[in-house]
Amino acid sequence: MSRPGAKTRRSLLRTAATASAALALARSGLPRPALAGAAPRVVVIGGGFGGATAARALRRGGVDVTLVDSRATYVACPFSNEVIVGLQPLAAQSFGYGNLARTGLTFVEATATGVDAAARTVRLSDGSSLAYDRLVLSPGIDLRFDAVPGYDPEAVTAMPHAWKAGEQTALLARQLEAMREGGTVILSAPANPYRCPPGPYERASLIAHFLKTRKPRAKLILLDAKDSFSKQRLFESAWAALYPDLLEYVPLAAGGGVTAVEPATMTVRTDFAEYKADVACIIPPQRAGAIAALAGAADRSGWCPIDPVTFESTLVPGIHVIGDAAIAGSMPKSAFSANAQAKVCAQAVIDLLAGRAPEAPKLINTCYSLVAPGYGISVAGVFHPVNGQLADVEGAGGISPVDAPASVRAQEAAYAADWYRTITREVFG
Amino acid sequence: MRRMRAAPALAAPALSAPALARVAALLCALAAALMGPLLPCPAGAVEGRPPPGAAACTGCHAAGAAMGPLAGRPEAEIVAALADYRSGARPASVMNRIAKGFTEGESRAIAAYFAQIGPER
Repeated sequence: MSRPGAKTRRSLLRTAATASAALALARSGLPRPALAGAAPRVVVIGGGFGGATAARALRRGGVDVTLVDSRATYVACPFSNEVIVGLQPLAAQSFGYGNLARTGLTFVEATATGVDAAARTVRLSDGSSLAYDRLVLSPGIDLRFDAVPGYDPEAVTAMPHAWKAGEQTALLARQLEAMREGGTVILSAPANPYRCPPGPYERASLIAHFLKTRKPRAKLILLDAKDSFSKQRLFESAWAALYPDLLEYVPLAAGGGVTAVEPATMTVRTDFAEYKADVACIIPPQRAGAIAALAGAADRSGWCPIDPVTFESTLVPGIHVIGDAAIAGSMPKSAFSANAQAKVCAQAVIDLLAGRAPEAPKLINTCYSLVAPGYGISVAGVFHPVNGQLADVEGAGGISPVDAPASVRAQEAAYAADWYRTITREVFG
Repeated sequence: MRRMRAAPALAAPALSAPALARVAALLCALAAALMGPLLPCPAGAVEGRPPPGAAACTGCHAAGAAMGPLAGRPEAEIVAALADYRSGARPASVMNRIAKGFTEGESRAIAAYFAQIGPER
């Protein structure tokens, strides 16, 4: 651990990161001189865990902040899997921006329809536009309706994705509740990258719990477009213990990749089989929220490459991208990541506006999943910029012990609930 | 070999850390000259700027949660807790995994930051 060589390398990496911060500063240039003495203006698009956090932190730094979201109420995704199976009310997922507005920022309920990066303005759906010195995009994800044949915007009623919390969450909950005993639930997980890597497996776990307690002759088939996934050993050992005959996992290698769906007949097709579902939850591939591409900040992958020190787009100067939309190296697309990235990005924006070189950051992620009520598991990581990417700090992070006693699982379930309460209060409260 | 690993630094040839600090200070002064002093310029570490890693802590560590707030805790207490999480002397669910991502020096900076900002409002 404390080999002198390792230390030298670390300090070299740090120097590299600092250099990259200085380059970002040089590339971005100085803030355009607004009226002398006026606070710099930052527009934040997207009021989720990333955007709302960034807006608050920027405001605290004395910046004139306008937060734009197409809805006045945010519906949070973490714990929405609990809502789907009746363990938590949907109301516990909803947060307004009233308290955030009291920090002195301006909230605008509108959809951002375009960005003129040269003129530094954002166009809004109401025809107005907003000028900015720097722009922060935290648009989350859009579902790709071009990825799975048959899974178009109309298909989401028969086959909800419930991957954006709200009406979809409530719909899937109602469908599960109404399903006949002995029915088949199909759940499909996409290939990487996508929002909330352990989410589909938590959802599978909790649906299995719901079926076990409410419709024990029913079956859940989890079709996966990949062969390995987040916290896999923890999930699989929990499934073997809790839901052995109920949950069938089909990885890509065994034909888990969904090739087409037919909502009218509730059919889900793979290369090897055709499934008839009573309830089908299709989580399709995703991309950064639409404004990212409209602003020119998304690359051909559909996601946004960023500088790991400032979260400034490597494609469009003056635009920063945080949260699920960003390509953040080893950092998973999670609410915790978005919150941590937002604070780093906000500080970097404040530094850049003041003509200071931002400091190379360290970021943390912790994601809890419930596999049953009172049974929690987690993955944690610490990240830092290495060669232009956010990389894991070696020797840190990892998953909960595979052989932990029930008391540890109960503690992690309690910590998960505490984290949700704490972070939502920090972000929206 | 190790020099090669730090290749991106070559894009800014021969810029040592002190040189970078001078560049930053220069840019800062320039910005202040152009725009008026919006925010204080750095003299070494920037006042109030959270040290690397500190900003992420408050996602969990706040009043009303089992994790408890860090703000206002004595510096020595936080430093000792992180050291004990790293060594495994103090049992933990995730903090043992997270503390290993921070050096002793980084831990001290984080502890000093939370100690000096005082208890949460």
